[in-house]
Amino acid sequence: MSPRVRAFLLAIMHMAALSVLARALWDFQFGGLTANPIEDITRRSGHAALVLLTLSLSATPLRRITGISFFVRMRRPLGLYSFFYAAIHLYIFIGLDYGFDWDLILLEFPKKRFIIAGFLAFIILLALAATSWRRMVLLLGGAWKKIHYSVYPASLLAAAHFVWLTKGDKTRPLIYGGVIALLLAARLVKASKPVGG
Amino acid sequence: MKFSRDHSIPSSLITPESFYINRRSFMKKAGATLAAASAALHPALNALAARARAVEDPTTYADAISYNNFYEFSEYKEAVASMASGFVTHPWEVAVEGLVGNPRKYDVDELKKQYGAEERIYRLRCVEGWSMVIPWDGFELGRLIKDAAPKPEARYVKFTTLLDPKQMPGQRKSYYSWPYVEGLRLDEAMNSLSLLATGMYGKTLLPQNGAPLRLVVPWKYGFKSIKSIVKIELVAQQPTSLWMNTSPGEYGFYANVNPNVDHPRWSQATERRIGDLRRVRTLMFNGYEKEVAGFYKGMDLVKNF
Repeated sequence: MSPRVRAFLLAIMHMAALSVLARALWDFQFGGLTANPIEDITRRSGHAALVLLTLSLSATPLRRITGISFFVRMRRPLGLYSFFYAAIHLYIFIGLDYGFDWDLILLEFPKKRFIIAGFLAFIILLALAATSWRRMVLLLGGAWKKIHYSVYPASLLAAAHFVWLTKGDKTRPLIYGGVIALLLAARLVKASKPVGG
Repeated sequence: MKFSRDHSIPSSLITPESFYINRRSFMKKAGATLAAASAALHPALNALAARARAVEDPTTYADAISYNNFYEFSEYKEAVASMASGFVTHPWEVAVEGLVGNPRKYDVDELKKQYGAEERIYRLRCVEGWSMVIPWDGFELGRLIKDAAPKPEARYVKFTTLLDPKQMPGQRKSYYSWPYVEGLRLDEAMNSLSLLATGMYGKTLLPQNGAPLRLVVPWKYGFKSIKSIVKIELVAQQPTSLWMNTSPGEYGFYANVNPNVDHPRWSQATERRIGDLRRVRTLMFNGYEKEVAGFYKGMDLVKNF
């Protein structure tokens, strides 16, 4: 893959990831949010976080299938963008939706499994984002890899969060969950032939 | 009291000074950024609701016709209006039948002529945790039922929405047990709050709001207020609604607004008025306790959710 193609792919990735935020700001400014704007931006930010996490998970299998190691370069930025939207998502929930009313939040929290799953997924993403710098990789050595395997449970928790919060027909969240399960399963299959980088 | 110095923390566990100073300044900066962002965001969002309306003021007409739960057209509330725009509501026949002495088919215009319309401003509380205040135009359901002369064995009223997958694309999805069905106990139906609406805000109902004829039972979650009704049946057995069929653990027959009985997904303790950003406390029976609490005396409302 030529450096120009790489730079192009990276630019596409950054633009696509940031477009969700840009679109939301645009819609906020020009009245494109629904009559329930808080619900609307909650949904958008959560969706972006889940999609970006799924894309980040697809980097490793993509390298194995195509043999192009460049895809792995997108894994960290995609994961960080996912964390970025997850943080916005959580802030909207706690700050905008519940107005930092901790009594009310704590009243809801233990009773709703979708909130618990989503919160746990966020905590893991937070830990991963905090240890995502190059320096941390060196500092933590072998432990770094172990810590970052927790992206697997995080992605399953995020998928469960989406399934559990969906009312009625759960086809769509189940498709998302299925894709994530498939990407995780792909890691269990050992490459029969060594693939070049 | 003396403290032994032997239990001092080993120096290896102490964060180097430079680290925590950096971290502190980072946290400070991060905190300041977050606070600034919040400060900028909150007034901006509040400006969105700048109408600064009192909680009990009617929802704007624009919001009421653009944010609708009507799965026959779309599962996306903001998409319902456009998906329903070509819906044919004229002519429209409504059958009143079942355990009645006077079964009858009405044209909806006939109904309007016979029963007229009065304005009722009701709160509408969706099970999803949002609410509106809507000035409906309609007539009391009880009048229609009385004219149908229910037989003594009639104990429930069953309502059915039009089944027309050609016009209602949502009905092509086999996930739900179409057509939409809802039910009330006969005494609930005869209650003077129960309204059959033909309009709102002084205008004829639009398809997304349940044209040409819908139920409005304001002390129950919104999904009980069935839309685009073609059949009203008096029955002896408790009808099974579409939502009871879909997830019996989540949606019961009564579906009374009750801040003390939680739904697995949404807070029922609070709600957000559309057009407002604050959450307000949800009232028992959506604030109609005086009118309806008597119907449920002695009933376990947790079991009969």
